[in-house]
Amino acid sequence: MRATMRILVLVLTLSILPLHSADEKHIVIYAPGTTFSLPVTDRDGREYVGLLECVEPLGTVSAHIDGTHWKLRYNDGESEFTADKNRAKVRGHEMDFPGNFLLEDSRGLVPLVSLGTLLPRILNTSVSFNPVSRRLFVGNVATHFTAQLSKTTPPRLVMNFTAPVNPTIATEPGRLRMSFTREPLVGPGTPTLTFDDKSIPSATYVENNGVAEVTVNGGAPLMASFSNDGRTITVAPVPQQPAAPAQAAAAASNGPATPAANAPKVVPTSAPHYYAVIDPSHGGDDRGVALSDALAEKDVTLALARRLRQEFESRGIPTLVLRDSDINVPLDERAAQANTAHATIYVSLHAASDGKGVRLYTALLPSGAENNGPFVAWDTAQTRALPISKAAAQNVAAEFQRRQLPIRTLQAPLRPLNNVTTAAIAVEVAPASGDIADLTQPAYQQNVASGIATAIAAMHNQLGGPP
Amino acid sequence: MIPRHLQIAVGILLLAVLGMGFYVGRIRGRAEQTEPAADARPVAPPAPGPTERVTLYIANDAGGILRAQAASIPLPSARQQRAEELLRALLDIYLGKDSPHPLAAGSDVRAVYLVDPGLVVIDLNAVFANAHRSGVLEEELTVTSIIQTLAANIPDILRVKFLVEGKERETLAGHADLSTMYDTIAVSQLVAQMQ
Repeated sequence: MRATMRILVLVLTLSILPLHSADEKHIVIYAPGTTFSLPVTDRDGREYVGLLECVEPLGTVSAHIDGTHWKLRYNDGESEFTADKNRAKVRGHEMDFPGNFLLEDSRGLVPLVSLGTLLPRILNTSVSFNPVSRRLFVGNVATHFTAQLSKTTPPRLVMNFTAPVNPTIATEPGRLRMSFTREPLVGPGTPTLTFDDKSIPSATYVENNGVAEVTVNGGAPLMASFSNDGRTITVAPVPQQPAAPAQAAAAASNGPATPAANAPKVVPTSAPHYYAVIDPSHGGDDRGVALSDALAEKDVTLALARRLRQEFESRGIPTLVLRDSDINVPLDERAAQANTAHATIYVSLHAASDGKGVRLYTALLPSGAENNGPFVAWDTAQTRALPISKAAAQNVAAEFQRRQLPIRTLQAPLRPLNNVTTAAIAVEVAPASGDIADLTQPAYQQNVASGIATAIAAMHNQLGGPP
Repeated sequence: MIPRHLQIAVGILLLAVLGMGFYVGRIRGRAEQTEPAADARPVAPPAPGPTERVTLYIANDAGGILRAQAASIPLPSARQQRAEELLRALLDIYLGKDSPHPLAAGSDVRAVYLVDPGLVVIDLNAVFANAHRSGVLEEELTVTSIIQTLAANIPDILRVKFLVEGKERETLAGHADLSTMYDTIAVSQLVAQMQ
């Protein structure tokens, strides 16, 4: 019972926490139903990993020490290791492995490179291990992909995956990088794919420290869009946009201390401009609603925010996500960032376990609140933008109705909606069918994200976007 | 050599002690069995004054709505005490067995202050906020239920401010704003949407 609880806690912790920080050495283990990351430590110039931690999430495991002997039981098989020896008895068979077994504080450490030979015997299943990139695949869990250039105008690189993927996407001039931290992605036959096109001449696949990375090189800025429930990623050059979104956003913004209408307008030129700001609520030690024993609101909102950003960006809408990791951002700072970004719309994301479908909120402000002077009161900063916020909420509601998702629109005293100077809505997502598992379903998240993005993009002009 | 009569006396005394111990143990066991379960509801002091018909705005989680519900409760004439009694009646419902909007056991309103002109300050206890269920709608229902119940039954209440244990707090349970001063007219308009 205790072992089961420990495994459960370990699995949940590993699934909730970010897999690892980029600087530390890690091994990532992909198995049917779970992906987890473990730290790799150096001992005498050799990389080591805790053996119990490697197998604990995969079955029923127990371990105990008998003098210098460390005995491990995995499901129905026993293994015995001896401190400072490189020979072990696994399921009744003697086997050697490179480097000595270490016992440290009751933990059994094995050389990292030995996992490829030890784990198939211990787990009694096939294992594929790349010790250089520190990625280990248990059973048949690999996700493969193909990449094909479609010679349309503009050209598009269509990547089809054998399972849904949700990589972290970063763009820099002439390059779009997709990092797959959780997916058991396996590279193509050759690490570099070349295409006969100037806009997208090549793509490369590399894997390192537990992460697989696909970089698409382009002759122009690139963007990625998801389809087919996350099984297809299409990379294409960013459409040439007039500079209007940023300028319109700046002109439409009414940030605190913005000059009044009859005063000279000051349009900041150095700060980046975003059309949309997405605020995944909660984060860090603020978990938000405990949607289930294992699922916190903060994790659902972050996943949803990433999807929504992709949806916005695939429509050419520059987007800022206020937190892209599990960190706590104070409410005032969220509003301040949204105001500073001179966004045209602010979308706060929440999740709930009660009810069905989606609830949309706009700010609840005091009746008769006004902000007519050059300075805007913090608590009622939303006053001027409230009509457009309500219009945005109605548009999103109509889109959800079209998608036959239960929808309700309300005002709410929800921080920091009233501190945001631009159009601001909050979207609270409840399960579609009443089953909490809906909230983590890629298809449901995608439907919600796509609905929001479609509705907001459709009211570009009304919100102050380019014609 | 201990005299025989002393041995008998000591024996009788030992038997008496054991018997008393057994008896006390049984008495204590019975007392624990018959002790009533701790009542989580706030202790309601007797409210002086005639019984009056009031309207309570009761949150209902099932539909995410507020319902106006008539009730007869004894109300004193002083405005501040009336406010306290109204909130007590509301909390009795929320802490009751078949609560439509359950609050955590031990949730209570520490004090209500009426500050002229038209400002009510409601001081919640720590349990009320710390153990409140988190969620935009759940928290909104609690806040609007309290504000609307006061505004509907006590004239000239214009604004409401919440404190927790006498101190300002940013949100009730992560969502509903407690840092702001609520405008009762705006809340009434919202309540109309929530019915």
